[in-house]
Amino acid sequence: MSNFLELRNITKRFPGVVANDAVSLEVKAGEVLALLGENGAGKSTLISILYGLYRPEEGQILLEGKPVQIASPRHALQLGIGLVPQHPLLVSRHTVAENLALGSSGLFPAGRIAPKIEQLAAQYGLTVDPKAKISQLSPGEKQRVEILRSLLGGARVLILDEPTSVLTPQEAESLFAVMRNLREAGKSLIFISHKLEEVLSITDRIVVLRRGKVVGGLATKDATKQKLAELMVGRNVDFSRKRQPVQIGAPILEVSNLSAKNSRGLEALKNVSFTLAQGQVLGVAGVAGNGQSELIEVLAGLHPPSSGQVKFEGTDLEPNPAKRFEAGIAHIPEDRIHMGTVPTMTVAENLSLRQYSQAPLSNNGIRDLIALETNAKEKILEYTIATPSSQTPSRLLSGGNIQKVILARELGANAKLILAVHPTYGLDIGATDQVHSVLLERTKSGAAVLLVSEDLEELLSLSDQIAILYHGQLKGPFPVTEITREQIGLYMTGGAV
Amino acid sequence: MRFIADPNPSRYKTAWVSLSAILLAAVLTGFVFAAYGSNPLEVYRTMITGTIFDSRGLADVARRTIPLLLIGVGLTLAFRAQFFNIGAEGQILLGAVFAAIVPLFFPLGVFSIPIMLIMGALGGGLWALLAAWLRQRFSVNEILSTLMLNYGALYLVIYLINGPWKGKNVRGFIYTDEFPPFAEMPLIGGTLVHYPTLILGIIAALGLQWLLVKSTLGFELRVVGENAGAARYVGISSGKIVTIMALITGGLAGLAGAAEVSAIHHRLLEPSQISLGYGFTAIIVAWLARGNPALVLVTAPFMGITLAGGDLLKIVLNMPFRIVDVFSGVMLLCLIASEIFIKNRIKWGR
Repeated sequence: MSNFLELRNITKRFPGVVANDAVSLEVKAGEVLALLGENGAGKSTLISILYGLYRPEEGQILLEGKPVQIASPRHALQLGIGLVPQHPLLVSRHTVAENLALGSSGLFPAGRIAPKIEQLAAQYGLTVDPKAKISQLSPGEKQRVEILRSLLGGARVLILDEPTSVLTPQEAESLFAVMRNLREAGKSLIFISHKLEEVLSITDRIVVLRRGKVVGGLATKDATKQKLAELMVGRNVDFSRKRQPVQIGAPILEVSNLSAKNSRGLEALKNVSFTLAQGQVLGVAGVAGNGQSELIEVLAGLHPPSSGQVKFEGTDLEPNPAKRFEAGIAHIPEDRIHMGTVPTMTVAENLSLRQYSQAPLSNNGIRDLIALETNAKEKILEYTIATPSSQTPSRLLSGGNIQKVILARELGANAKLILAVHPTYGLDIGATDQVHSVLLERTKSGAAVLLVSEDLEELLSLSDQIAILYHGQLKGPFPVTEITREQIGLYMTGGAV
Repeated sequence: MRFIADPNPSRYKTAWVSLSAILLAAVLTGFVFAAYGSNPLEVYRTMITGTIFDSRGLADVARRTIPLLLIGVGLTLAFRAQFFNIGAEGQILLGAVFAAIVPLFFPLGVFSIPIMLIMGALGGGLWALLAAWLRQRFSVNEILSTLMLNYGALYLVIYLINGPWKGKNVRGFIYTDEFPPFAEMPLIGGTLVHYPTLILGIIAALGLQWLLVKSTLGFELRVVGENAGAARYVGISSGKIVTIMALITGGLAGLAGAAEVSAIHHRLLEPSQISLGYGFTAIIVAWLARGNPALVLVTAPFMGITLAGGDLLKIVLNMPFRIVDVFSGVMLLCLIASEIFIKNRIKWGR
């Protein structure tokens, strides 16, 4: 097989960092290449260079052996390089066909493009209705539209930027089927992911980046999870069960017959009952949208239950998030950007978001800006938050460091029950490790953890008990030693009764 | 030419880009002046010497600055809370109506002026609160509702001065009777500068700056404005915050309206003569201040000079009444367009 695309010694510098340091790699026709690396390893920069958003300072890009200068995304697509972005960039009020016709010329482009869409869809298994509005599509379908856009533009190499991060396991499976079809048809694919299992199952070859440099390239058949993780992180990573036996104390949270409606008024939680004891970790598995958000929102005081009881340390609590936090319920929310932080505010202010109105951060309604700074400095040090300063807006931080800001704020001395929702979503291995050890450390001092995650590895590695939410009903909890991965999978998909 | 995102622009850059935008607006408006047959440089010279280098001109600048200061401070706070109040015009009018109730129906002697100002603030505040309530309760976009409420206020005033409140001693004119003397705000001798309101404006600018930076209420206001999801998550009641904010922003506009009728007109009269477009000009004042109420102490006089200078153009150079609106409009356009140069860096070449 010949090299379709080749990068030679690509170097790109930003003020203070070398994002890509003499990166060389090649992509052959009809193969799936994995680009693996932690956050900040230089994957995004490399993609941006390939897609014509950045110009490299040194090095060459060769397309079918000929050197090219990629000037813009449009030019990249003309050359046959397509990008499927992590978060779809589509006009949500327009139809699929209208979105795909954007940028083409002539009259009624949306009408003329529909047959082409259907032909491509049939060829690669990219089922999507050209007349459907984008706003009605699932994340997986939107992604298919983005793939179609690249294919319509004549892409011969497709870059998929963390494509599975927004998908359910089932949707990910159908994406993989599409990827296999594309490979059969001789297209090249560059697959970017954190998830090692996926990389091992779908790709042919793997290139690992660390701190801007290529640190390894190997055929997937020679790779193991252990080996890849070591290459990515640069040290040994322990994949064994992290949980150590701890002292289980008195019950701290008793939930009985809890039901709740979602924002559209539909029953989202049905008669959920469980008990959580001090020092215990309960993992809640389930495909997104099966009642996890409602359960957490009810417990955090953000959403009223329609019936049932929640007792925390034996008493009923007011449905008020501020009061519940004071009582000892910490909440690490699913959405760090829209809920967990105020991105435009400084790190110091975000760290004060829970206790800004209490001493020492304020007295009689007047904020103490010196205490704010002291508090920030302490937490930045304690949680090793990498930030230029405490006055940096939190939106400029990486995902892992934003999560550390949230952990530092939520897990004060008082946290007795920690509601953690996808706490390591989108984080690299190093940051994930740190989040896990912080949570487990807390259980030693008697805190209980309710962990919601779609990552079975994470659930099995951390939990004492596992329960599964399916259509608002809770199955379990089961002791983690008595349930297998397959059983959990069956419960998640409604296959087990 | 390409734009590269600059996520954290410095204050220095923001300042010079904004100044360049104002300069560009001056150049563009210069073409309009030239089209009227005037030398643009001569026009700007007239505007500047006739305002800041002339005692009568300066008094005129101050008179124009007072309402812009009050309204601009309130709008700055509202914009900070992501409440796009375009309805200061209507809030001025409601302030004037509420204030007029005192001298027309309940003459209170020496206490009249403070009560009128309080009534004015109440009227403007309630008018803004209506829009805030519509947004909280029915998700009505406040840009539309505040703009529409301007018309409501306009026709309310027209109805009052034509109908129930029409003066008994005014023959065919459509306005109310003149307020009794104790309802007339004191002025600096020989000018129309009502200094008590000016002092209130300065206090408001400094006070709200302090509120935003130092108080927990100001912090809550910023959280609600910058990320409503996070406000809900930590249990800050956005309903409460938006209510307080609407009362402040509308209240300050209402206060300005009350002061205008008390100090300058001494009666409730035709709405466009009361508000004089201050509610819209103050949007530029607030925009230039970029979320800092204290900066309005600089930007309000700047627009005051523009308005007073515009008056001179009408008198000295015989230009049409609306010429200064052209200048303000072009300036706001340039300022909004300049945002892209603040949020991005420019790189030349492909």
